[in-house]
Amino acid sequence: MSKFKTKKGGEMPAVNTASLPDIVFMLLFFFMVATVMKDDDLLIENKLPYADQVEKLDKKDRIMYIYAGKPSERYQAQYGTESRIQLDGKFADVSEVQAFVAQQRASKREELIPFLTTSLKVDSDANMGLVGDIKQELRKCNALKINYTTKKGDMSKNSN
Amino acid sequence: MAKRSAPEVNAGSMADIAFLLLIFFLVTTTIEIDTGLNRKLPPIEESDPPIIKQKNIFTVLINKKNQLLVEDELMEIKDLRKAAVEFLDNGGGEGDDACSFCKGKRDSKSSDNPTKAIISLKNERETTYATYISVQNELVAAYNELRNRRASELYGTSFIEMEANYKDVNWVGNKTKLKEQIEQIKLDYPQKLSEVQ
Repeated sequence: MSKFKTKKGGEMPAVNTASLPDIVFMLLFFFMVATVMKDDDLLIENKLPYADQVEKLDKKDRIMYIYAGKPSERYQAQYGTESRIQLDGKFADVSEVQAFVAQQRASKREELIPFLTTSLKVDSDANMGLVGDIKQELRKCNALKINYTTKKGDMSKNSN
Repeated sequence: MAKRSAPEVNAGSMADIAFLLLIFFLVTTTIEIDTGLNRKLPPIEESDPPIIKQKNIFTVLINKKNQLLVEDELMEIKDLRKAAVEFLDNGGGEGDDACSFCKGKRDSKSSDNPTKAIISLKNERETTYATYISVQNELVAAYNELRNRRASELYGTSFIEMEANYKDVNWVGNKTKLKEQIEQIKLDYPQKLSEVQ
């Protein structure tokens, strides 16, 4: 009688699935981390210019976004190719900027209102006339903190 | 012959592989944070603007062909930073307007003091936004260059680093003192950049 039994050949052993939850959790975490909530659907082309003296624009709760640029291809038949403003997922006129700011202010917590910054996401090819109009409207409703949102990079990339 | 069973797959290291992947993705994924140039618009005022000496104003005009006209002379964007630094750091003033820390030429035809010097940026309606941002970027760079120099003279560190430290919650050090130092530099080289319509 030996103390150690020799292993008998038998049925197929089941594949150990104990680590399956780990894999699932890993995927879950990955997607949690990598997902950026998309706020607005862009109706315009929005190729931001480059700048290297930039500051970070964190604290999303105190930022309102104003987009401007040429309508993207599927809207060009309807809206033409002239640069336009986009507010909250739809095309808007310059005169609507003030109402937009008022509405944004109403939706934010009261103590944040003095810190509200307007992020201007303007396409590189847009002309300054439109941007100037937006700035003038913002001045009229006293939303003076603005941020020209850019990509981080050398400004030589702007010329092509 | 009897059936041989396949040896059991050792799954003990599966968790390790999973964590390895997890860490790889954690490290390589960057969440995009918006960056940009912060500006403050001037409030609409009814009162007349103060009278400023012509020599304290540095005019930069971008025309509709995206050409740069600096003090009525054509200039390439790459030369703008140097020209702006020279103007701001000129320190040509005397008496009360004298600038003790300027390293410029002290030309009496250029700015008196960095606190008096104003850069006036004009554009036409047809100017492209990308060019405008390039110019803004260069002007901000000129200010940052001077502020960095001043910070390294006074406190042995750069202004950019000081601001980063001030915003960093994990930074160990005296934040009130740092704030005062930042304010001091901003006082020496105030960012007076006016955007005219």
